[in-house]
This record gives sequence, structure tokens and C-alpha cells, in this order.
Amino acid sequence: MHHYSSEQLEVFANNIRENIIEMLLEAKSGHTAGPLDLADIYTALFFEILKHDPKNPNWEERDLLVVSNGHTIPVCYATMAEAGYFPKKELLTLRKLGSRLQGHPERLRLPGLETTSGPLGSGLSQAAGMALALRLNNQLNRRVYVIMGDGEIDEGNVWEAAMFCAKNKLDNLIAIIDRNNIQIDGFTEDVMPLDSIKARFEAFNWYVLEVDGNNIESVIDTIIMAQAIEFKPVLILAHTIAGKGVDFMENNYSWHGKPPNSEEAKKALHELRTLGGRIRSEHQ
Amino acid sequence: MDYQNYLIEDITKDLQKESLRAGFGRGLLSAGEIDSNVVALCADLTESTQMKLFADRFPDRFVEIGIAEQNLVTVGSGMSALGKIPFVTSYAAFSPGRNWEQIRTTICLNDRPVKIVGSHAGISVGPDGATHQMLEDIVLMRTLPNMVVLAPGDSIEAQKMTLAMAQDKRPNYMRLAREATPIFTKAEYEFKIGPAYLLNKGQDISLIATGTMTYQALVLAELLFKDGIEAEVIHVPTIKPLDKETILKSIKKTKIAITLEEAQINGGFGSAITELASEFYPIPILRIGINDHFGESGDPNELLEKFGLTASKIRLKLHTFYSSNKT
Repeated sequence: MHHYSSEQLEVFANNIRENIIEMLLEAKSGHTAGPLDLADIYTALFFEILKHDPKNPNWEERDLLVVSNGHTIPVCYATMAEAGYFPKKELLTLRKLGSRLQGHPERLRLPGLETTSGPLGSGLSQAAGMALALRLNNQLNRRVYVIMGDGEIDEGNVWEAAMFCAKNKLDNLIAIIDRNNIQIDGFTEDVMPLDSIKARFEAFNWYVLEVDGNNIESVIDTIIMAQAIEFKPVLILAHTIAGKGVDFMENNYSWHGKPPNSEEAKKALHELRTLGGRIRSEHQ
Repeated sequence: MDYQNYLIEDITKDLQKESLRAGFGRGLLSAGEIDSNVVALCADLTESTQMKLFADRFPDRFVEIGIAEQNLVTVGSGMSALGKIPFVTSYAAFSPGRNWEQIRTTICLNDRPVKIVGSHAGISVGPDGATHQMLEDIVLMRTLPNMVVLAPGDSIEAQKMTLAMAQDKRPNYMRLAREATPIFTKAEYEFKIGPAYLLNKGQDISLIATGTMTYQALVLAELLFKDGIEAEVIHVPTIKPLDKETILKSIKKTKIAITLEEAQINGGFGSAITELASEFYPIPILRIGINDHFGESGDPNELLEKFGLTASKIRLKLHTFYSSNKT
């Protein structure tokens, strides 16, 4: 049962992408490719999947979303604003002195964040601790979701956590890996080969689902399927296109860790606002 | 505040000995009985960290992590997000030795009340050698904002400290030692996180000690008394935040001090005291501890002797320092 039509979800995702570009342009630093390619997954989570209340971020029945790849936080901030956690104009304070929107997320500064992250590889462990505590608390109607980057799983802490999740049969935990194939130094398969991520997690006794991470409907369906899996933690390997939505950024690892300049931002926003030239932008 | 009642009547007697970790094990069991949110996580060292008492009594609240210290503290952080009070235990060389960044980000910056317990700290670990003799844990933990750093003096205090930790809302680190050491505090006296404890009054020199080295300081004070020096002994179980008032009051009176710890003096407890003194009341301070060295295998007592951490060894060093600096 969906809350929104496919068209409406596409509009949310597109707004999120536009806001990511505008935030990064204003901040003059930050990561671009990951946030753009994650916009569809965040749209699926915040508008269809997560049990949450933007007006009551500490709601005791809420699902928990752990952002393990903290550098991609602009997509989370933009989605939170789109969902009504805070006014969109606050997005332009990203990375500025006194802002609640720190360059890497800090839980204590912004209600709605479940943890503080940036150094990679520790989100899955925290999510596992949360999932185990939910079980101990007998809070069986709540779930934990954790989003990781693909390069992030170079970190040993991830594999310590992967063993732990399987041992404890944490079926109230769903991990999503943003398989965009890039990291700062290049393509993941050149920096430190990861394939087959699916086989690796299966060998660790996880249930693995794969999905086109840039297809919102597919992402929703896959997460709903993941919710039905019992006695195993589930990994959703979400294949995405790095920099998705902006042609000159797509699949280019040099956009992993830098923001657009004003010319590039203008070009990117034009593309997003015209849906790749298919419609006329109201900004024109 | 006068804490002289904290000390047993006569420390020159042959004192009963017990390891700090044994006290921790009992304290954790009591904490678990008092509060059902207390959970215990261990990295494959359940017996030797003395978590077994808790694990046997509360199997559902005991979490075996395996040999994975990064996972140990981050799972702890996650559990604390749901109201749990996790005691996460390993040897200090591994936790906080290996997982410092995870502690920094997911516990301190994230301000989660995880209770990190590092057993087998100090050179008195003995035969296991330098790899397992953690000497840098105090400095690693005391530089972290939000972290409370604790070092009990004996097993009785370790037991009470564990209960106090379970009620404290901040991230805590407690360092424990392996060997059985003399019990010099009274079981009935209340322990609080925060205060330094004045155990012996004197006006000539301040002996400021933490952990099991407080016992050496007490013995040293007895020896110095025979030498005509009246030493004040201050026991500092809470290394961070420091009880500035008690420490400054003592050094303003004696105008000379030594610090005692079974850890690196560079950045460790000795540094903490000298930083305080240099800022508010500069006086000559001799730091006793490990000076930019690793330990080695050996019998614990041989090692304490070799590294100059026994009362008789410190006495010799102290006289030179005292005669050239006491005004």
C-alpha cells in the first residue's frame, strides 16, 4: 500500500537532487556523487518505508535509520527537509558555523539523526546493537535500517559486524549498500576489488537481495520483500549510478568528494529542472 | 571533605589481596540486579575479565562479541541508543587500544553512556609481556571530550565504582589490573565518581596517586615518616574530571609533589596533575610511572621493581628530588 504515486515520488527525488546541488554550491565543499545517487533510496525510505514522524523525531515507536556513510549526509538532510523535519531554507547552512547540518552528521545537533558518523565502517555495528536492544526490549514492531557505501566495506569493522548480525539472526535489521562503484581514489574494483559483494555476504550467512537503486518503485518492493525474511539479516545490494541525475557527473569518480562550482551547478540544476531536457524549466 | 575514614585502620598490616577485576565482576553482578537495562558485552575474555558472574546470572543480557574490539564498542553504542547500559570489556591493550576512533566518534562525540572496562592494564600484567601490558590507555581516554576516566585502587573500590558507573549518564572508562593487590579501602564507605580521597594528612610533600599505585604511596608515606618527612597521600580514582580543589589545596600546603601511576607518565596521570599545577599553582613535581618505555615479560613484582614502581625504589628517587627542590 503506497502513500504516494510514482510520479509524486519522482518529484520528491528530483527536489532532493536539486537541493543537494544548491547546498553543495553554497557550502563550497562536500561530496556530490553519492548523495545524488542515493536520492531514490532516501525517497523510498522516508516517504514509503520508514515509520517516523517528522514533527516528533524522538517518537518512541519510530524505525531507526543509521547513516553509516556519513559523507553522503546532504541527501539525508535534503530528504528530511522534503519530509518536513525542518524548513528547506536551513539546507543552505550546510557546513557553516553554528549550523545543525554539520559536514558529517552529529546526532546531538539535529533531532532525527540516530547517530554520529563520518569515519567509515561503524554504522552496521551500531545498527546491530540497536536491533539487539529492540529485541531485548521486546519492541518487535520497530526496525533498524542502515545505509552503507560500497567503498566503506573495505573497513574491517563492517565484517566484524556482519558476523555478529548473522550469529544473532537479526532479522529486524536491513542493510543497504549503495553500490555505485566509486570511492575517492577511483573505481572500487581498482582501489580494492569488492566483487562479489553478494557472494561475500551470503558466505557470512546473510540473505542478499539486489535491486536497481535508482528505481524508486523497485527499491520499495525490495525493502518490503526484505522485511518478510526471517532468521537472517538482509542486505539489499542497491546498484546505483554515481552522480545519478546529472549527466556530466554520472559514473565519474572525480565527483565523489568535491562540490560543483557555480557554472557546474547551473548546468546540473538546468538538467534536473528540465528532467534532462524533456520538460521546460519554470526557472528559464 | 575529609575522607580519612575511607582508609582501613592500619595499612602496615599484612593486607588481604584481591584483583581489581574480581571486584568489577561482583559490582557488575550487583549493577545487573539493580537495573535490568545493564547489559554486558565481552570480546572472548569472559572469564579473565570476570564477566562470567554476570553472564551466568543473566545469560540473555550477556552478549558474546568474539575477538572483535571495534564491533565491541560500536554494538555497545547502538544498544545504549535504546536505553541499555552496556559494560563492554576486553583487555585494555585491545579496548581502548585498538578501537579508539570508534570510541571517539560513536561514544564520545555521540555522547552515549557506554561503560568501557579495560582489564590487564599496567606492567603488572606480568609474563604476557609488552604487547599485553597496556600503558597508554589513560592518555588515550583522557583526551576525549565527554569521557570520564577511572582507575580504582583496590577490588573493593572497583566493585563500588562499577555500581557508580551504571548510574552515571556519561561515557566512562575504567582501567583494571590483573594481579591481586592489597585491599586498603573500607567496604562500608561510600564511593563517588569525582572526588579525590585524602588518605593521609601531612604538610611536607603531596603523594598523588591513582589506581593500585595508591597502595605504594601509602607504604611510601610510612617509610618517609621514619625519614622525618610527613607526606600527604591523595588517592585519585577519578582521573577525569580531576578533583582540582582537593589536589590544589594539598599542593598549596606542601609546595612539592610526586605523582604515581602504573602507566606512561607522558600524557598519563602524571601529565594530568602537572597540567593542573602548572596552570594554577606551579610547583616541582616528580612523575613516577613508566617513562617512554614498553614493558616486558616477568613476574609482576620483579617488573614493578625493575621499573621503579615499588615504595622502596620510589623512596630513593624521592629523597634526591625532595632535597634539591623542597623550599
